[in-house]
Amino acid sequence: MARDKRDAEEHCACPLRGILATHKSGAFTTHEWGCPMKKIASIIALAVVFGATSASAQTLKTVKDRGILNCGSNGSLAGFGLPDAQGKWAGLDVDFCRAVAAAVFGDDKKVKFVPLSAKDRFTALQSGEVDVLARNTTWTSSRDSQLGLNFVGVNYYDGQGFMVRTALKVKSALELGDASVCVQQGTTTELNLADYFRANKMKLKTVTFATSNEALKAYDTGRCDAYTTDASGLYSERLRVANAAEHIVLPEIISKEPLGPAVRHGDDQWFDVAKWTLNAMINAEELGITSANVAEMAKSDNPDIKRLLGTEGNFGEQLGLPKDWAFNIIKLVGNYGESFDRNVGSGSPLKIDRGLNKLWSKGGLQYAPPVR
Amino acid sequence: MTMSEGDLAVAQLKFVRQTTLEQQPPPKSMTGAIGWLRENLISTPFNVVLTILIALFLLWLIPGIVKFLLIDAVWTGADRDACREIVQNRPIGACWPFAWERLSYFTYGSYPIPQRWRVDVFFAMLAIGVVWILSLKAPRRDLAAYYCFIVLPICSFILLSGFEAIGLPHVDTVLWGGVLVTIVVSAVGIVVSLPIGILLALGRKSDMPTVKLFSVLFIEFVRGVPLVTVLFMASVMLPLFVPEQYSPDKLLRALIGIAMFASAYMAEVVRAGLQAIPKGQFEGAMAVGLGYWQMMRLIILPQALKITIPNIVNTYIGLFKDTTLVFIVGIFDLLHTIEVSRLDPKWATPVTSTTGYAVAGIFYLVFCYAMSRYARATEARLAKSDRR
Repeated sequence: MARDKRDAEEHCACPLRGILATHKSGAFTTHEWGCPMKKIASIIALAVVFGATSASAQTLKTVKDRGILNCGSNGSLAGFGLPDAQGKWAGLDVDFCRAVAAAVFGDDKKVKFVPLSAKDRFTALQSGEVDVLARNTTWTSSRDSQLGLNFVGVNYYDGQGFMVRTALKVKSALELGDASVCVQQGTTTELNLADYFRANKMKLKTVTFATSNEALKAYDTGRCDAYTTDASGLYSERLRVANAAEHIVLPEIISKEPLGPAVRHGDDQWFDVAKWTLNAMINAEELGITSANVAEMAKSDNPDIKRLLGTEGNFGEQLGLPKDWAFNIIKLVGNYGESFDRNVGSGSPLKIDRGLNKLWSKGGLQYAPPVR
Repeated sequence: MTMSEGDLAVAQLKFVRQTTLEQQPPPKSMTGAIGWLRENLISTPFNVVLTILIALFLLWLIPGIVKFLLIDAVWTGADRDACREIVQNRPIGACWPFAWERLSYFTYGSYPIPQRWRVDVFFAMLAIGVVWILSLKAPRRDLAAYYCFIVLPICSFILLSGFEAIGLPHVDTVLWGGVLVTIVVSAVGIVVSLPIGILLALGRKSDMPTVKLFSVLFIEFVRGVPLVTVLFMASVMLPLFVPEQYSPDKLLRALIGIAMFASAYMAEVVRAGLQAIPKGQFEGAMAVGLGYWQMMRLIILPQALKITIPNIVNTYIGLFKDTTLVFIVGIFDLLHTIEVSRLDPKWATPVTSTTGYAVAGIFYLVFCYAMSRYARATEARLAKSDRR
């Protein structure tokens, strides 16, 4: 029996053997669990790989049959996805999901928001638990290729920035040479910060904290000279310091963080639906169509508007959607600019400048291919 | 008749008191506030030092809390400006209008507003059940058990989840939140863990090898894994194995995880009670001809459970607070609703987070203290037999 036990530990031939052997001998330590657990882990890893590839290619049909869109969302990021006092979700990413529901069902309320953490968001999409992932996810090559995602576009161009006290009289991030910087540990934010300081040959003094809340509090009480996180976050965090007027956000953006909604690999039709929902919102802003004037605009003679709103051609049907898909999006959710202003821009407490998120025709990066 | 020596001695005394003295009150220094102080706070030098240290600690702690929660607190306001020092030009404590505006969200989460009466009915039914089964003077307590363990769970499920046939629209558990989720999760954990825990404890002490092996494996495996891991496995891994349409509900997964967890801990608590029962009790029960289940039900368990009440309640209180862990798998329990509310830019101030956490602290303190008080009373009632 003692031999059995040793075998189990050394060769791990059968996952159960170690357990049975130790049980008989009366002693029960955690040590013997080491080997079987390894096996279980590899089985799970296999399942993850198969799970990722076996997702069905019929998402649009599944969603229509189910009658509701499952949208993976953040749930705890102001301006992007956050329940309000009535428990209704609001935000830029939330609006995207409502727009998809409006396009598919003609009803923006047929969405179930599944709150996802940064850790479980990709598995939730791979496993089919959600149909769309709109959770301020940065579009990167490894996510696009390795995680089985297809990013449908960029609904917010973000990047990492700095906040400093005005009293410090710093005008640029390049002057932060000997400054101490408060940052949340274990994030890409922390890595970007180190890269930026190294690239510019500046000495870096970081003070790290487990949560962004602690990091901000430390900055506010004067433990560091600067605070860094994504620019969109800086604006909402600036509201939480004691006196917002004493702090400025520096102009430098030290990383590219294009945030966009994503769908699963392997379902081109659904990919198109999601992609053109975002494009329709951006095109609507460019054409001057808003939720208020969309009914009027439907009578317009402008061929671009007629094609978008479905009064000419059958572009909705080509996507597998109703003729008035874009009309419904704009009527129920609004165009991209409206959504931006309402959630993060001038119409919200965050008051984030449009910056890179302006339309291409106004000096920004938001550009959508035409509907034709 | 001759006088004994003792009687003679008495006769020689000048004065012998025939009646008892009227009873005098104890000396002033031993009664009232002074007496209490002397006896309890300054009886020994060590005691004096302790008293001073604790008094200093309280003096340091309490004024700060009172100042923050009451004196400096803001009571009315429409948005963040009401709770900002820079706008109000005074030190700012708790921002109560924020908590007030978010109160319904803390209670119901995203439960659809027209359907919230259903949650209220559930709370009322639960309160009736708790009072009925716990209060000794309540009438027909024999029916209370049926109400609590059969009627209440079925009615609650129909009420909260919905039943289209009787006109209650379905409400997905994704929308449940706040106190509702905290209560549902801990109630299920509390109700399920005791019976399963007792069975597992009996199984572990059983002579039947398969039953014993199963119990030992279950208890040791579940106890050996952190609750967070169980919840992560349930919410991240399970959907990969099970097709989407058959995948159990997210809240249900967490409920099963927590119930399993609480049962394993409860089993060990009950086993400790079983170990403490003298062998004579088992032998006596068998000697009078009781079978295994009769022996357990009539002789062993009543004694074992009585001595483990403090530990059982301890486990319950731990479980009640552990339910906050469901927030890491995206379930909106009370703490999670507070966690997202404090991010609302409408109320973004330096005191918003602290106010939110104060609300959570008060809620958990009230519930846990109530549980602990009831347990103390029950212990005292059951301990009467020991003092005889």
